[in-house]
Amino acid sequence: MSEQVRYVAKNMRLDLRLIADMIPSGSRVLDIGCGDGALIDELTRMRGCDARGIEIDMAEVAQTISRGLPVMHGDADTDLAHYPDRAFDYVVLSRTLQAVERPQAVLRQMLRISERAIVSFPNFGHWQLRLQLLITGRMPMTSVWGKPWYETPNIHPCTISDFFALCEAEGYVVERWMAIDEAGRRSPWRRFARLANLFGEQALFQLRRA
Amino acid sequence: MDLPEQGPIAHQSAVFTDGLVLDCGQHLPSLTVAYRTYGALNAQRSNAVLICHALTGDQYVGETHPLTGKGPWWDHIVGPGRPVDTERYFVICINVLGGCMGSTGPMDDRAPGEAPWGADFPPITIRDMVRAQKRLIDHLGITRLFAVVGGSMGGMQVLEWAATYPEMVFAAVPVATAFYHSAQNIAFHEVGRQAITADPNFAAGQYYASGRTPKDGLAVARMVAHITYLSEEALSRKFGRKLQGTTRPTPHSLALFGDMFEVESYLQYQGNSFVNRFDANSYLAITRAMDQFDLASEYDGDLSRAFAGTRTRFCVISFSSDWLFPTHESRAIARALNKAAANVSFVEITSDKGHDAFLLDEPDLRRVLGGFLNGCALHAGLVEDDR
Repeated sequence: MSEQVRYVAKNMRLDLRLIADMIPSGSRVLDIGCGDGALIDELTRMRGCDARGIEIDMAEVAQTISRGLPVMHGDADTDLAHYPDRAFDYVVLSRTLQAVERPQAVLRQMLRISERAIVSFPNFGHWQLRLQLLITGRMPMTSVWGKPWYETPNIHPCTISDFFALCEAEGYVVERWMAIDEAGRRSPWRRFARLANLFGEQALFQLRRA
Repeated sequence: MDLPEQGPIAHQSAVFTDGLVLDCGQHLPSLTVAYRTYGALNAQRSNAVLICHALTGDQYVGETHPLTGKGPWWDHIVGPGRPVDTERYFVICINVLGGCMGSTGPMDDRAPGEAPWGADFPPITIRDMVRAQKRLIDHLGITRLFAVVGGSMGGMQVLEWAATYPEMVFAAVPVATAFYHSAQNIAFHEVGRQAITADPNFAAGQYYASGRTPKDGLAVARMVAHITYLSEEALSRKFGRKLQGTTRPTPHSLALFGDMFEVESYLQYQGNSFVNRFDANSYLAITRAMDQFDLASEYDGDLSRAFAGTRTRFCVISFSSDWLFPTHESRAIARALNKAAANVSFVEITSDKGHDAFLLDEPDLRRVLGGFLNGCALHAGLVEDDR
């Protein structure tokens, strides 16, 4: 790897690095909720992708366009409908699915406008959350789920098992999946979904239309 | 301030003796395109940026205006080290067709030796303006513009350029604009036009010979329009209900009402200074062209078809307090571009300065425009990746 790749890598969230590694060079990519544009920057500069972003925070949008990256102000619930079928090879939704208004509809749009979808979300089935709820009887709070129920933007929490069930109901092919810890490192529970659901802090899925 | 009477300015221009066929079907027998350039065209002729001016703007985007003596009208945007960097780009700005700063317009004679067109100047469209610009770009030997940038009516031209000559536009930046002129905007324009034509000096548009121009009507038109360029917040902050200390008689001051509000005085100044640099018939012709603009209608009502298959990179920019070209109109452009699978950036810049914000020093506008063009320059191979 060249100096440049490492330069970018050290500035990128580890889960974004995992996602970047799932996307072949030259792909057409839409990153929904692209934040500061780290993933599109990496995909554009290092992998020759045609990568674009959608971001809901206007200040982030201005900042990211100022860095020369193509970003559009918009949100996952309303703006995906305006893209044509199969406009992209990959659509990415990282740590955002639990915060959208209609996760099922958003996933359908993603797999309409793109061949493949990469989705990451915090796993509500993690043992700490289960234990807290069991013992205290109150909504659990961890470093991943860091805000009280009345303030959290994460209005649609789900577990890894829930997500598998949704994919099956919607007829999506799970091409790859992995559990990752909060820092974005891979957890060793890949083969065992039920263990991953207990010990994985976050999940990363690659889906394809059936 | 009234400017001293002076002879006509020799504007830099190119003349196309075969004229131009207009959208209305009429043929302008000769076409003059007045323009200014800044910076140097590179050997590959790949660094040209076309700046499209707004309704009452002109080609003097990067220098002191020869008539008014005022500074460059887009000083924060165009110049050395600015977002549209004249040390990197070859910047071209063209007086629009129908204008009064040297390009063919109502002030010109119909034919050599005949009277000026006046109000009989053929109806023109935004697309006609763009076709006239294209003639000059061809004439300069430029086959692809690195970028076309413009605000308000300039933004309409940007959209028209990208739709009509997509292969000639690498990047397009429509700012504070819309793909059609709204009923509200047409309504305000109509008030302005009525003010002009109601002026006794208007003389059915043939006022050039008499030397008495419909300047009162034109001033009122400018005053009405100027209100639409501002926001309530900007007006309140700037003037509030403050009274002007001394009233001085102007064509529009009504002394019997007593003291003037500062905002009245300000508008009168805007109106009166405008008439010294703008022609009433041009104002009629250009406002009409804006009102007629509906890019979607040129493509069966589906704006995305105007951009089908486009490879142009777009950056659509609006301002939060702009009620003349509100953000939802820019968002509609961005969504149509999404539908065409185009590469589009879209941002609303927070500002309380209304439509005028695009002409003022808005740091976010500078950053966004500069960053977008830098990114495009990288993709166009104009600059090396220095990271």
